[in-house]
Amino acid sequence: MRLSRSEELACREVVELVTDYLEGALPRRERRRLRAHLSGCEHCSEYLRQMRETIALSGTLRVEDLTPSMREALLDVYRRWRETEAAPG
Amino acid sequence: MFVLGSPSAGARVDLQAAIRIAPSLSLRLNLAASVAAVAWRVARSRPGDDDWELVERLRAGDEQAFLELVERHQSRMLRLARTFVSSPAVAEEVVQDTWLGVLRGLDRFAGRSSLQTWMLSILVNRARSTGVSESRSVAIGDAGPAVDAARFDAGGAWASPPRHWVEESHERLSAEALSEVLKDALEELPERQRQVVLLRDVEDLSSEEVCAALDISEGNQRVLLHRGRSRMRESLESALGEAP
Repeated sequence: MRLSRSEELACREVVELVTDYLEGALPRRERRRLRAHLSGCEHCSEYLRQMRETIALSGTLRVEDLTPSMREALLDVYRRWRETEAAPG
Repeated sequence: MFVLGSPSAGARVDLQAAIRIAPSLSLRLNLAASVAAVAWRVARSRPGDDDWELVERLRAGDEQAFLELVERHQSRMLRLARTFVSSPAVAEEVVQDTWLGVLRGLDRFAGRSSLQTWMLSILVNRARSTGVSESRSVAIGDAGPAVDAARFDAGGAWASPPRHWVEESHERLSAEALSEVLKDALEELPERQRQVVLLRDVEDLSSEEVCAALDISEGNQRVLLHRGRSRMRESLESALGEAP
């Protein structure tokens, strides 16, 4: 289906819709306009690929594990809680 | 052995029963959405589904069960706490305080949200009440666009298009260097954007879970996510993109 001129999105608008698109939050009509733009715009297609890759790379970040001192401190928290739980009243 | 092994499936049955007796249509629709969300979660089989077994064991006094629960959630809690408070030591205190809150609140926890969502919301409350953070009063998103306006022409088309890096990222930077770029980019995000990107993209929580933990609307969550992800992409392009 061919879109009329007034329905065409500018690249500057597309980059603001990318997250809603990826989140499945775009209304059907907007989604159609976005897809129509992407099918004819190499740069915006590249931009969308980069956003997907950005999300995927963020998912690879891994950080520190539990340090022995924190482990001890937390066990202490647990033991104190057990004591108050066990206490009558 | 599996008394509480599959709470989500149990919740689904309860919700279906609730739908049958729900009086109003809108309530039914809400419940249907919840059922779909629960079913989706079951299908995805997220880690943490068997938190319940650990909870039962730690209630019975099993220290090992508590440590297992801590191992499973501690890093995520610490990272989230650090987005609220500047000092790592204070973040550790907030997390420790959160675990005490979790233990004390277990009996009152009704299981309406996942255990993880509930624990994270306790953490967010504790972190906010330390008074260090003013995150509640900070505007939802900075007003800036996803991409610098100077990169478009007067008609809104790309004048300086995105530089390629997706296929080449692993050739241009080692895994360690790439990890540093990502960590720095995350650190540089405004606090609320960092929280949402951290929980959604680094920790892989669902949007529902993030909204519940941070007590924000779906719409606000998406705005924060959009700004944060856009900036993360920009940082990657700067570090990895071919010369303009």
